[in-house]
Amino acid sequence: MSERAIVCKDLTKRFGDFTAVNHISFDVDQGEIFGFLGANGAGKTTAMRMLCGLSYPTSGEASVAGYNVFKQQEDIKRNIGYMSQKFSLYESLTVKENIRFYGGVYGLSDKQLKEKGDELITKLGMEKEAKMMVGSLPLGWKQKLAFSVAIIHQPRIVFLDEPTGGVDPITRRQFWDLIYDAAGSGITVFVTTHYMDEAEYCNRISVMVDGRIDALDTPANLKQQFEAASMNEVFYALARTAKRSAD
Amino acid sequence: MKQFMVFVRKEFYHVFRDRRTLLILFGLPVMQILLFGYALTTEIKNAQIIVVDHAGDAASQQLTTMIAASKYFDISASDKSDEDIYKAFKKGKVKCAVVFPAGFGNDLLNGQVAHIQIIADASDPNTAKTLTNYLTAIMGEYQQQINPTANIPMRIEPVTRMLYNPELNGSMNFVPGVMALVLMIICTTLTSVSIVREKEMGTMEILLVSPFKPTYVVLAKAVPYLALSLIDLIIILLLAVVALDMPIRGSIVLLFLESTLFIICCLSLGLLISSVTRSQQTAMMVSMMGMMLPTILFTGFIFPLENMPLPLQFISNLLPSRWFYVIVKAVMLKGLGIGVIWKETLVLAGMTVLLLTISIKSFKTRLS
Repeated sequence: MSERAIVCKDLTKRFGDFTAVNHISFDVDQGEIFGFLGANGAGKTTAMRMLCGLSYPTSGEASVAGYNVFKQQEDIKRNIGYMSQKFSLYESLTVKENIRFYGGVYGLSDKQLKEKGDELITKLGMEKEAKMMVGSLPLGWKQKLAFSVAIIHQPRIVFLDEPTGGVDPITRRQFWDLIYDAAGSGITVFVTTHYMDEAEYCNRISVMVDGRIDALDTPANLKQQFEAASMNEVFYALARTAKRSAD
Repeated sequence: MKQFMVFVRKEFYHVFRDRRTLLILFGLPVMQILLFGYALTTEIKNAQIIVVDHAGDAASQQLTTMIAASKYFDISASDKSDEDIYKAFKKGKVKCAVVFPAGFGNDLLNGQVAHIQIIADASDPNTAKTLTNYLTAIMGEYQQQINPTANIPMRIEPVTRMLYNPELNGSMNFVPGVMALVLMIICTTLTSVSIVREKEMGTMEILLVSPFKPTYVVLAKAVPYLALSLIDLIIILLLAVVALDMPIRGSIVLLFLESTLFIICCLSLGLLISSVTRSQQTAMMVSMMGMMLPTILFTGFIFPLENMPLPLQFISNLLPSRWFYVIVKAVMLKGLGIGVIWKETLVLAGMTVLLLTISIKSFKTRLS
């Protein structure tokens, strides 16, 4: 069981009469790249916030990195990384300062910070930009940097909330190389996206419709199940059944 | 603790790299202190006055010289006809006129009642009253000079002593008020903007997902601004003492401690504003505009609180600056110690604890 990074059983979140997340159940293996798909308003973000320890579920059970989402939110936070669709580094800090800040917040020692920071900068080929304000970097670079910073403390799981929004296809491809690297080093990747080509890159994907998970399998199996040529068609077939309008 | 310092350092980077923040932090207090210190005063200096001398004797001329010598008046013209006086008043430049009737000196020396006519532009009643008071004072002084010994029997002569501020220097009253105002605006504005900025940028989410505790986020935001506000306090005090001739009669240490308490109180207010607003603009509007007017109205340094209707007096009690104003006046002007201002100090401390608790609470609840 320890190999399971995320275990979710009948996880539910209600806001008053509105059931944002409706009894979802799934497991994610350690080192897996898990795609979390769904139209806007389907409940992805709410589900993700519960798993990150940002909000309490109304009912159900879930454990992240082996910790209970009700009781051990602090332990969860120490063992996950997070990167959101909104660009999440400080624009008025340099690349190096951002790395040191986030590393510092996760409790890395000065020595670790130096090593990790240099390693990260070399890997991204940003030696020249290390002392530049992050605000002056192109978006694609920022996203790659943000991802690298999000896993600087070697978390067991990294949550990516539409990480490649607004980025060109080539940079997106490079971004996914970084994701594969991370997964290769044993980090579980939990990613939401609207790009169906990216969905194909995932080991397994789940599709949320109206707060439920209506489909969960490998991309190949899903395509077979829905007799579809691409993930796009699978997604349309599922999203069409939605009664909730997107917000 | 190390995490905390990492955070504080990041906040300092933000402040020093943001021109707008720097401007608010160091430009605003200097500008406001000087502006309010010099512009906001009830003293009237160099008022234009017309002297019409129908007597033309030694007494009238001596008095005229005394008026001219006082710093309150500038004689703009003499020997005008009555009609010219009214014309001058209508133009609005002349605030006051003095008319010596023929035989003024004789009447005075012969022990009769000597009349002088004072005409003032009472479209501004306060100015008119102040100017006539100045003139009466000058005449009284003259009377003393020419006739120091002969006391008219049963004459009552009030001897007024203006305590703490013998020259009735207007800025003495304003500077403590402006100090309260400036510190209040700066502390609330900067802190409120700083948390909202993280919300707008999306970095707040990252902080919340990190193991860094929300309470620490709030405190780590407050620490750098506390340090910077203390620098501001020093600048303000220096300006007050050097440029506006303010005395610091009481203990400087006490003044600093009380100011620190007030600053923390305002920082807490700023934190509260920032946890309930969503954009930097709103936060700035609320803390600058929303705080500026009540602070000016209800601190008591422009409009006396005692004259306000009870409901307004009650509102004024909710403002931290109102209490700080009393404290600063007591320490700076009267040289009093903590024994006299413990009540105000306690109120400020209570407000601080309350505001800080509410802001940390509301910050936390907004997360889930």
